[in-house]
Amino acid sequence: MAKAKFDVPELTEYVDVPAIAEGAMAHLSPFVAKPENNTDLGFPGELVDDWHDKTLEKLNDLRKRYRSLQVYLDACVKCGSCTDKCHYFLGTADPKNMPVARQDLLRKVYRRYFTFAGKYFPKLVGAEDLTRETLDEWYSYYHQCSQCRRCSVFCPYGIDTAEISMAAREILDSIGYGQKYCNEIIAKVYKIGNNLGLPKGALADTLEGLEEDVEEETGIAVKFPLDVKGADILLITPSADFFAEPHVDGLIGYGKVLHEAGVSWTLSSYASEAANFGMFIGSYENMRRVSRRIRKVALDLGVKRIVFGECGHAWRVAYSFLNTLAGPFDFLDPDYPVPQHIMEFTWDQIQKGNLNIDKSANDDMTLTFHDSCNVARATRMGDKPGGQIEIPRNVIKAVCNNYVDMHHETIGEKTFCCGGGGGLLTDDLMEIRVKGALPRMTALKNVMEEEGVTHMAAICAICKSQFTKVLPYFGMDMDQIVCVHQLVSNAIILTGQKTEDDAQEGEEAQEAEA
Amino acid sequence: MAIEVNGKSIETDEEGYLTNLNDWEKGVAEIMAKEDDLELTDEHWDIITFLREYYEEYQIAPAVRVLTKAVGKKLGKEKGNSKYLYGLFPYGPGKQACRFAGLPKPTGCI
Repeated sequence: MAKAKFDVPELTEYVDVPAIAEGAMAHLSPFVAKPENNTDLGFPGELVDDWHDKTLEKLNDLRKRYRSLQVYLDACVKCGSCTDKCHYFLGTADPKNMPVARQDLLRKVYRRYFTFAGKYFPKLVGAEDLTRETLDEWYSYYHQCSQCRRCSVFCPYGIDTAEISMAAREILDSIGYGQKYCNEIIAKVYKIGNNLGLPKGALADTLEGLEEDVEEETGIAVKFPLDVKGADILLITPSADFFAEPHVDGLIGYGKVLHEAGVSWTLSSYASEAANFGMFIGSYENMRRVSRRIRKVALDLGVKRIVFGECGHAWRVAYSFLNTLAGPFDFLDPDYPVPQHIMEFTWDQIQKGNLNIDKSANDDMTLTFHDSCNVARATRMGDKPGGQIEIPRNVIKAVCNNYVDMHHETIGEKTFCCGGGGGLLTDDLMEIRVKGALPRMTALKNVMEEEGVTHMAAICAICKSQFTKVLPYFGMDMDQIVCVHQLVSNAIILTGQKTEDDAQEGEEAQEAEA
Repeated sequence: MAIEVNGKSIETDEEGYLTNLNDWEKGVAEIMAKEDDLELTDEHWDIITFLREYYEEYQIAPAVRVLTKAVGKKLGKEKGNSKYLYGLFPYGPGKQACRFAGLPKPTGCI
């Protein structure tokens, strides 16, 4: 494990609301994007000379474009509901990580330049001038928000801090002050097709390797097809599924389910990424450009359905915005959800009895489930309210004998972010990632001690990577985090697959014959 | 930022990765390892060499599974897993080993 250069919070039974520590996280800012990555996304390469005017121009533009933003900036009554709901505040005690204070960083400038009271009596209404220091403060604290929207659940007005944080990042990008992690990654999607920069050759080689592995293990030739024209289903999954652990075990699970369902399916090398970091930087144009790749490849390959793999924010973009960004999808089969989540697909197969499941394959684990923020609070699955909370649990319970939920205040729509979402999953922000993981780590530790939980399942590439990294800081093991489809993969018995029981019976039969 | 290798100054980015991948030589890995308090053994070099060869062919670092499989084939199944690799490169085979091998940092949700 990497040695921490900061104090790792101690796990106790409850996460207490901390006494505030002014400026505790003021030192933390992510690396700034290289000029070429900013320009790749259509932004100025470096901070523009007339940043003052351009910032206000952009703020004015955004509040007019998004009525919601204007409402959020106006509506807050400082009731205090949100103050202790943010994992980053709970983990850092920095009062600027209280959602209301984070909003106020933008709100004070909005008031100063766009409201009557702020123009004439700024001190009375907390309005402040826009200075060069304001930009740095925005850059720091709007990159200490994972846009998880937990605070908005508790706000009586429904103010969505994520949207304010996205707007602030969009303003910063528009004046040439972009973040390295997000902008470098979006540029890679445009150049190569995915966040990782995984070219077609490497992708094909990786998939071939998976086919070998599954066949070696099961004796069944499960295919992981790439760029197949005329396939029925296009599977769009985060590129981390091809690359990282435990993600790849989830991908193997999707492959097995699709194989058993007997459908024709394909991955694409052109749209080899479900993630859409355009949302993290609040850029409608970039979000659209990334999404259009999926539409293009769906048309080129002539698929009838689009299914998304385990990726939290991708499912938000897909479920909530895809039709606006890249629609209409009138060329897809209307008998299926457009688009569909792999969890819906698998649950449907389980209910139809199409999968042969041996739950005991997961008996070495007791599971709990981490609801990913974007899935839990910004999407749905299935045809009933709350399906996005229910269906992943249904799938886990269908393939595992031992399942326990974490504390009810930390799951479902009140779920705590993993600490690495919203464009924060980068080493230069490790301090906020570790500290922000405190509430989730506390809830996990409690069910480990009280209920004997051994593993936590997730359905988001960011959550999986984040936990792999931060679990060891809290004295836990990196492989305690698993994919839901990894559990499915463990339990599924493929048609024709020889199980250990079969092998034993075979031997016994042979012995009897002899 | 820069590192000194055999009297030459070689430029690195803010995260310690080589700015120009062609600047790599064995000394780069040795100096970087020293800064991380690691001594490079033959086991480390096996991984670094594999990473460089894979990158040469595919322009990207190998997926963790591709790497562990290759290691397992070459050095025996008991070494073909992430634990073995983390044992060698405590900051993660993907990131630390890639840095030593002069490869760009893998990015994304990993």
